[in-house]
Amino acid sequence: MLSIKDLSVAFKTRKGEVNAVRGISLEVGKGETLGIVGESGSGKSVTSYALMRILDAGGDIRTGDVTYGGIDLRAASERDMRDIRGREISMIFQNPRAALNPIRRVGHQVEDVLIRHAQATRQDAKAKAIAALEDVKINDAAARYDAYPFELSGGMCQRIVIAIALACKPQLLIADEPTTGLDITTQKAVMDLVGALAKERGMGMILITHDLGLASQYCDRIVVMKDGLIVEEGAQGKLFTDPQHAYTRKLVDATPRLGASIRSLLPAEVRSPEPEHRVHTRPLLEVRNLVKTYPGKAGPVQAVKGISFDIKAGQSLGLVGESGSGKSTTSEMVVRLQDPTSGNILFEGHDIASTPSGRFMRHAVRRDIQMVFQDATDSLNPRGTAASAIAEPLARIDRMRGAKLSARVSELADLVGLPQPLLSRFPHQLSGGQKARVGIARAIALEPKLLILDEPTAALDVSIQALVLNLLVDLRAQMGMSYLFVSHDLNVVRLLCDEVLVMKQGEIVDRGPTATVMDNPSHPYTRALIEAAPQPPEPVAA
Amino acid sequence: MVDMTTSQPKRKGDTTFGHIAYVLRDNPVTMLAFAMLAFFLGCAFFGPALVPYDPLATNAARALEAPGWDHWFGTDNLGRDVFSRVIVATRLDLTISVAAVALSFVLGSVLGSIAGYWGGWLDAVLNRFLDTIMAFPLFVLAMGVVAALGNTVENIIYATAIINIPFYARLVRAEVNIRRNAGFAQAAKLAGNSDLRVLAVHIFPNALPPMMVQVSLNLGWAILNAAGLSFIGLGVRPPTPEWGIMVAEGANFIVSGEWWLAVFPGLWLMLAVFTFNLVGDGLRDMVDPRKRT
Amino acid sequence: MDARSKMILGRLAQAIPVVMGVVVISFLLTRALPGDPAAYFAGPAADEASIAEVREALGLDKPLFQQFFLYVGDLLRGDLGTSLTTGQTVMADLAARLPASLELTLVALLLSCAIAIPLGVLAATRPGTWVDHLCRVLVTAGVSMPTFFTGIVLIYVFYYLAGLAPSPLGRLDFIYLSPPHVSGFYLVDAALAGDWETWLGALKQLILPAATLALFTLAPIARMTRAAMLSALSSDFIRTARAAGLGRGKVLYGYAFRNALLPVLTTLGMVFSFTLGANVLVEKVFAWPGIGSYAVEALVVSDYAAVQGFVLAMALLFVALNLIIDIAYALIDPRIGLN
Repeated sequence: MLSIKDLSVAFKTRKGEVNAVRGISLEVGKGETLGIVGESGSGKSVTSYALMRILDAGGDIRTGDVTYGGIDLRAASERDMRDIRGREISMIFQNPRAALNPIRRVGHQVEDVLIRHAQATRQDAKAKAIAALEDVKINDAAARYDAYPFELSGGMCQRIVIAIALACKPQLLIADEPTTGLDITTQKAVMDLVGALAKERGMGMILITHDLGLASQYCDRIVVMKDGLIVEEGAQGKLFTDPQHAYTRKLVDATPRLGASIRSLLPAEVRSPEPEHRVHTRPLLEVRNLVKTYPGKAGPVQAVKGISFDIKAGQSLGLVGESGSGKSTTSEMVVRLQDPTSGNILFEGHDIASTPSGRFMRHAVRRDIQMVFQDATDSLNPRGTAASAIAEPLARIDRMRGAKLSARVSELADLVGLPQPLLSRFPHQLSGGQKARVGIARAIALEPKLLILDEPTAALDVSIQALVLNLLVDLRAQMGMSYLFVSHDLNVVRLLCDEVLVMKQGEIVDRGPTATVMDNPSHPYTRALIEAAPQPPEPVAA
Repeated sequence: MVDMTTSQPKRKGDTTFGHIAYVLRDNPVTMLAFAMLAFFLGCAFFGPALVPYDPLATNAARALEAPGWDHWFGTDNLGRDVFSRVIVATRLDLTISVAAVALSFVLGSVLGSIAGYWGGWLDAVLNRFLDTIMAFPLFVLAMGVVAALGNTVENIIYATAIINIPFYARLVRAEVNIRRNAGFAQAAKLAGNSDLRVLAVHIFPNALPPMMVQVSLNLGWAILNAAGLSFIGLGVRPPTPEWGIMVAEGANFIVSGEWWLAVFPGLWLMLAVFTFNLVGDGLRDMVDPRKRT
Repeated sequence: MDARSKMILGRLAQAIPVVMGVVVISFLLTRALPGDPAAYFAGPAADEASIAEVREALGLDKPLFQQFFLYVGDLLRGDLGTSLTTGQTVMADLAARLPASLELTLVALLLSCAIAIPLGVLAATRPGTWVDHLCRVLVTAGVSMPTFFTGIVLIYVFYYLAGLAPSPLGRLDFIYLSPPHVSGFYLVDAALAGDWETWLGALKQLILPAATLALFTLAPIARMTRAAMLSALSSDFIRTARAAGLGRGKVLYGYAFRNALLPVLTTLGMVFSFTLGANVLVEKVFAWPGIGSYAVEALVVSDYAAVQGFVLAMALLFVALNLIIDIAYALIDPRIGLN
């Protein structure tokens, strides 16, 4: 149905031309779901924009043919393309809230497409739009018709985007990272919906994703892209269980999954034995009845509703939950960036919650509790070098100066595997993985006893994530730190943590040793989370 | 930030200057703007020493002469050399605007930083205060302030500073506010910095690039404002050479065709404002090429 | 009552503290007069006795907060004092001259919006073309132009050199009689009276000053329209609309332009502020009998009651305009009022 031959796309930028896609060929059959998998910068999204001819300014198709049902899409006039878009080929995007016009009622946005493609007249548009909303399983569609995007949840917005895309019953749907930014349970609901609609209508689909689990679960055939080229292509079952290309193998290995060990995420040739970390019985941190209340428009909102837990010396505790569960608020209170409304935080037996966060920088325990932030880019001052970021806690708290300070900074850089020459660089000159290492080096500079890790790998590609997770495991064994590991990714928590807490709406709903909680989930919410997480297939041993 | 210059070779110079050089090469207009800026600064510093005539010396015999070799910009109704007066006026006009902008920059930064970082009632009070200033048409407020405080050059500076404060305070407030909970600010707190230090050393410097753009655009506006006030007879008084007054005096002769009295000072004023605006646009390109509008 | 009308009422309520702030500042400006305010209000020719009389009449011998209440009381009665130059009450003077200023301002703004908004949209949709470059040049040159200078150049070119424009002296050449007073806007009143000759005469007088003001306000509006349009066009929802095959017109005007209008509307508030200020200068240049030139004349002879009345009137006018803009914004943007 769709065939791409030797497509290449280039962008004009200030630094010259960038070849985003360099001669790829692929086909999608009727009713088939093709997955395009790759890390950031692989050219997977650009490919789809190119075939829809909606490339951003400066982007240009250089060579190749794109044919859809016998029509040459590259030669087609803009007018013909407009008839094809939305009628024959549709697209859905990541970040659904931004993908909708913020000041137009969602029902009208669906109508616009129906009327444009002559699927409805002004008279019956409303009824048909509501029907389209019902097709994507929106409850009470007639009421939602009048809503604006800002009044709807992210998952609901994605359903609207899908309704717009599918309103005119296209034959091919391109889904560009449709679940990025959504919670796990919402993710599953959205993907199941798209999958079911595709099957029901015999619609072909291209699923563009960085998530191997998602691709293997929903696709018939998968291509793997890297640096604008297709490195491997194959049927869903075979590609991941028996990858032929080294890059595919690396991707498959690096994806956290059931039964993997932390070392098995790394390429086979660099695996070393996993170091042991000792968990003591003495508690390092005891949290008791912690409550955080925010003032809200409609009365106070309780973000954390009286939770209690312990972290033992040397232990790694996972804190799992979806957005709005209160997990980030909890971690910020523990690291003393926020003050709890009530409750105690005991560190080595002493209450540290009684010192307000505004004065905590002079507290003796400040050096013992440090944090690695979620977004490595955001956590580095854009006007400071990597070295100055790492040196900051040493200079402020240890009053270290001069040669001693720079020696310690170099030492820390070695410890986190950051090449020395990069120390003089500014954040915008570093890659995501390098910035993550700088953030870790800064956090461990004072050799803290407790390190809070707030989704430290959420913004990283899987292959980089594998390296960073292994670094964290090594550091833990070397320095005997305790971790409070905050994450939404259960597979990552399983790899790294001794015990796990599951939070929902400010309460801890499930807790226990990681293996017990995850392998035999007793609580229905934990079970729902685990079932919703896409499971990548197990590769055949290399 | 900790100074690591002794142990680590700084690369900032290479990249920043490389970027500036790129922007200048890419946009000759910006280069021209910086050259014009240098010219105006030169006039302000050395103008009074270099001009051919005493800007205040009258010569009734040669009144209202059209531009020629002796008098490049002609002479006015009292026979004073328009060229000398225009050049000499540069210093006064630039002084007024630079002083006013500096005042509002400092006050606005302090107010905006505090409101943006701590929020709460401080923020609410500041916002009400700024709203009230902005509730006046700004030039009209400046008129009122000068009329109330007295008709002097210092009061022109204060009035111009007052009406500019809201722009700086709001800009700084917004820039500080979006970074208040940024990862690097929180990390700085974990590294043992007090709130004040986080604000002054980590957050505020990041607000400087957009501030510099604002300063440049504002200088142009401040000159226009000061000249406008003199035009309606506030602030600077004759016979002091000042662009606004010269245009006002020359305006009476326009209807009888003696255009040079008003046109040259007006043109000079326009050129000065134009220069600051172009420099501002150039700075904006350097700070963030995407924000180019 | 729905959220929208609640929001509008809320916005009206918000204007109250601003108006109070304006009154306080204008009171302070009155009392901050250097030297003896009574001497100023009494005028340069007054003797000791009449100054004392003025002082008592103004309540200047009373404590400051009491003076403030007297001031507010006077304001509520519409008493802004008496002008020294005209001998009329300041209120009556302002009321008589306000329509001239408003007519000039509104015509200028309509003119500049009619040019600037299409120009900004064209520049944003055709980046790199001559329209874009023209827009850039106009925008930067426009904000650099001192209005009083533009006015003088226009007079020199169109009146002295070309002889196309009438002499720059007021709203109507002396050969015409002013139209019967209905709205105070000559264009409206002349049209109502069916006196097209006078209408044309008034229009001719109006063109140059309106063009001067319009040139000045063109720049910020065009600049913001272009920027807002560019940012709207690069939004995700535009990509969605394009991917759904919506036509170019629908994408540009139905989706991008409506979103771009919001920041433009916000800019209009700022533009109003500039326009009302520039009005003063333009009225002086064209001898336009509005409240701006009234204030300038009053300034020259230290007629402070008139100046204060003018500042207050301008501020109240501006507050009202901003209120209208905010309400218009709330009507376009559904997100306002719920968060």
